[in-house]
Amino acid sequence: MSDALSYLGVPLSRPRVGFFELTSCEGCQLQILNNEATLLDFLNLVTIVNFREGMSERSDDYEIAFVEGSVSREDEIVRLREIREKARVLVALGSCACFGGVNRLKNRFGDLAWVKKEVYGDFAIETRDVQPLEDFVTVDLKIYGCPVKKEEVERIVTNLVVGKAVRLPEYPVCMECKANENICLFELGEPCLGPVTRAGCDAWCTGNRRGCWGCRGPAEVANIKELEKIMTRHGFSREVLIDRLECFGGFASCLDTLTGKKKKAGRNKA
Amino acid sequence: MKISCDVNVQHLTRVEGHGNIKISIKDGKVREASWEVVETPRFFEAMLVGKHWENAPYLCGRICGICSIGHTLASIRAVENAFGITPSAQTADLRLLLKHMETLQSHILHLYFLAAPDFLGTGSVLPLAKTHPEEVARALRLKLLANDACDLIGGRRLHPTRTVVGGFTMLPEKRQLAEIGKRLQECVPDLLAAAELFKTFAIPDFSRETEFVSLKGGESYPFIGGGLVSSDGVRKKEHQYRAMTNEYCQPGFTSKLSRLSRDAFAVGALARLNNNFALLHPTAREISAALGLSPVNHNPYLNNVAQLVECVHVVFDSLRIIEAMLDTPWQEPRQPVTACRGKGVGAVEVPRGILYHYYEFDAQGRVKKADCVIPTSQNHGNIQRDIAALARDYARKGKTDQDIELLAEMLVRAYDPCISCSVH
Repeated sequence: MSDALSYLGVPLSRPRVGFFELTSCEGCQLQILNNEATLLDFLNLVTIVNFREGMSERSDDYEIAFVEGSVSREDEIVRLREIREKARVLVALGSCACFGGVNRLKNRFGDLAWVKKEVYGDFAIETRDVQPLEDFVTVDLKIYGCPVKKEEVERIVTNLVVGKAVRLPEYPVCMECKANENICLFELGEPCLGPVTRAGCDAWCTGNRRGCWGCRGPAEVANIKELEKIMTRHGFSREVLIDRLECFGGFASCLDTLTGKKKKAGRNKA
Repeated sequence: MKISCDVNVQHLTRVEGHGNIKISIKDGKVREASWEVVETPRFFEAMLVGKHWENAPYLCGRICGICSIGHTLASIRAVENAFGITPSAQTADLRLLLKHMETLQSHILHLYFLAAPDFLGTGSVLPLAKTHPEEVARALRLKLLANDACDLIGGRRLHPTRTVVGGFTMLPEKRQLAEIGKRLQECVPDLLAAAELFKTFAIPDFSRETEFVSLKGGESYPFIGGGLVSSDGVRKKEHQYRAMTNEYCQPGFTSKLSRLSRDAFAVGALARLNNNFALLHPTAREISAALGLSPVNHNPYLNNVAQLVECVHVVFDSLRIIEAMLDTPWQEPRQPVTACRGKGVGAVEVPRGILYHYYEFDAQGRVKKADCVIPTSQNHGNIQRDIAALARDYARKGKTDQDIELLAEMLVRAYDPCISCSVH
């Protein structure tokens, strides 16, 4: 690793970065360690001062906080607000942080007592309805995906370091999939949310002949009604569509429109 | 010798998930020695209820950020067993190869990024990039190879895309598989060098008589499916897993715990090796012997060494699988699936021990009941008792607070716990 960092001959300081996790599988942080080929270059861009999963040193002095996971317990709200206070930039890392992610599926029963009993029986356990970070604190930047795409994380961090604006695609996965000349999943008899999901993953799943489940949330103009017609035309039930739309929480508002359910009120922003 | 010590580790580092260690010794007497799990629960077993079967492997892979492939494969096996589907030989081989590459990836991550810093006196792998550049480069090379292989076979190293009930959505190209085979051949010296490095590490001298539980290999070292065996002589078939896992809850723990013949048992690389040593590849056995590990060994710190031995085994076994695959034309990647009412169990030896998924489906193939038993939850009880024994041992020996804290941390890390997974 070199000591001085510069961009186009202009010296840059390495931002102090912390990684944190709430309710999650911690896979998005592991994606950072999964960058074997470019890991050392990536680490050279920043000074990591907090990364519990990978290092023992800890510091409360950081400029950029990457927070993985969703909020599902009171102590996590306190922790998240502390991180927000200390960080200049707070980045929601992955679909759980951005939307609540798969964890949010437990909300659909509207009955936490049943959810607890189903898993823990009569043992007392604390939980609450799963919510994304932005319900509690201001989120400066979102990195979508379950998991996040390492190339995208690296690009975004590089932009943060050199002070370049971060632009995320607003067009759907379908565009990337077509550009990659993949066979359309509908032609292969698979349901797919590619037409309505935000791109940026380079058609990761559909390129592997797996239909898109919408982990990155809606594209700018997500026409769910039209997608439902496509699904029906290809013989897929409403249940198949709903399974995918509700999987990662990104389509919560579209889903409410589709099922005619009223949007839940009540935000707790600090 | 009379010593007093207070160890209070909140959110232990270099492990997956959140756990605390507390040790309090007053005048040589252990007042408290505990391992607590405070991770927030996610309730996957409830999430699945009412969901169509195809959601199960897709969702359950997301229980874990390290062994998502293992979870996906256990989930797929449970669904296939419920529906009476037998995977083709090609699918079974590809799944095993994928599983091997996850094992290699996960073990290398643990050995070099999480465990090695303790033995080399640093807080993380970061300073080692400067002081031990060759070793770090070797670790990155091995991990990259394993991850590239997972991408190639499973579609993605984390939360795989190609793995489905009935087989795979698509197959790798033969030339890509041959390339992975070539890189596996070339990585053998890296593994031998890793063994030399671990030989130089001072493994703490501690052991506690333990019941070791693993799947029982027949012809080969166990990874996917089959009955279990314990070093206390218990044997159970795959569908009888509940008679082994016996889950219970305990205050201070958001994870469930397990017990079998005694109050706790251990699963993972050391348990697998202890119970199936003769089935390891000969080179893996040689390295095991050279590193001072022969069955049955009761030192939990040697789980690190057992992982390294398993890395050698999976590399040689992968070479065997790839060679046979290159000689056989590809068959259809995927067989059709017909859902039916039924119950199914899927057992997989994931890096940290035996993982079980169980589902019960209605006639439409919707989940009525789900149960996932995680290896780390099976190990929690044993970790607790090891910490208590360690505190007693070292209180007698008069070690310092710092020594005891480090040894306790290293002990928990040796189990390579995946705490978030255990509190799914």
